[in-house]
Amino acid sequence: MKTILFIEDEPTIQKSISRFLEKEGYEVKSALDGEIGLETAKKIKPDLILLDLILPKKDGFEVLKELKKEEATKNIPVIALTNLEESDNIEKVLSLGATAYLIKANYKLEEIVEKIKQILNQ
Amino acid sequence: MLIKKILKSLNFVSQCKKYNLRLWQCPIFLFLLTGLIIIIAMISTYLIAIRYTQPELVALIVIAITIILLIINHFIIQSIETLAEANRMKSEFVGIVSHQLRTPLTGIKWTIDLMMCEKEKLDKHHIQELKEINENNERMIKLVNDLLDVSKIEQGKLIFDLEKIDIKELLQKITKEYVPMAKAKNIEINLKTKIDSLPLLIDKQGIEIVIRNLIDNAVKYIKNKGKVEICLIKKNKTVRCEIKDNGVGIPKDDHKNIFQKFFRSRNIMKHETVGTGLGLFIAKSIIKKSKGKIKFHSQENKGTTFWFEIPIK
Repeated sequence: MKTILFIEDEPTIQKSISRFLEKEGYEVKSALDGEIGLETAKKIKPDLILLDLILPKKDGFEVLKELKKEEATKNIPVIALTNLEESDNIEKVLSLGATAYLIKANYKLEEIVEKIKQILNQ
Repeated sequence: MLIKKILKSLNFVSQCKKYNLRLWQCPIFLFLLTGLIIIIAMISTYLIAIRYTQPELVALIVIAITIILLIINHFIIQSIETLAEANRMKSEFVGIVSHQLRTPLTGIKWTIDLMMCEKEKLDKHHIQELKEINENNERMIKLVNDLLDVSKIEQGKLIFDLEKIDIKELLQKITKEYVPMAKAKNIEINLKTKIDSLPLLIDKQGIEIVIRNLIDNAVKYIKNKGKVEICLIKKNKTVRCEIKDNGVGIPKDDHKNIFQKFFRSRNIMKHETVGTGLGLFIAKSIIKKSKGKIKFHSQENKGTTFWFEIPIK
């Protein structure tokens, strides 16, 4: 069973994604802020990370940078899952090594799982 | 014609009202005032120079005038800075608000998704009510997306990513997606074209938005049953896409405003109140950026045809 780490501070969004992913057969670990997210990633080495960009303690960009620096986590695919729109953010995140950038409000849960399956099968 | 344009651009009263500025902050007024002072200065310097031939006097006058002009220019710069700051705050506001709005909207969207996964446990009224909540939620999400697009357009930050795409395939894919929705409204929708395939270098995301906005309108403004015809025509150096409907049409008086932001024609308010008034504004901006043209012809109660042409590259 594949493990997904979800770093997101909004409780409703946390709950809905975790439930849906669990139904789809994934093991889900969640982190409510950037620091906990990084520690958890290093500890459990998930198969994929869903990363929000606006987070307390450490924001998504910093987390991404550190994930890609650490030997243990640099090869884990990261999907930036956020509601930020600005194109500079998109470019920055992709250049920091994220595999995809999805705007949450434009995707149904099934569509996000599709994307996850696509990336995990590569 | 040109003189009319120049006179219009010097209308400081309307500028003051538009930007909510006081007269002495209004750049056009200050500019005209500067001009007036320069003319008065030149005439009076000439008159004084004729009467009094001391060059020191003339020099003094010139210095005094220069100081007055510098002070006025300072006010002009200040008011421009105020306007620029307001503009920056507006885009910051739109960015923050849209992100803050999207978060609870996403929460609702995904919670409904979860509930619909277990629809066997719900009774049919609840399922219908969930669909209503979902539809209204999607409307709000679309409004936020449209507002963001408009803000990007106004700041000149619209992403323009050229890709080689077969426009016929794109149209076929989109048309297919609209068939079930059109069928539900008793509307026949089909794509007519003699072209085999036409790969073009275009902004795929942008052109897709344009096509969807135009088809959305065509379907939305057909009252009962009707027909939407989409045509793709290859011309010499351009390709033309027409979207024709036999719906409620646009009254002649509204033709000149149709591409304006938030504009909604009076007659459609009677038929259908859903709509942001932003679709055509966004479509026109995208087509313009693609170096194309977008126009329409329409007759009230007969129907409307929107078409756009983009150069073949």
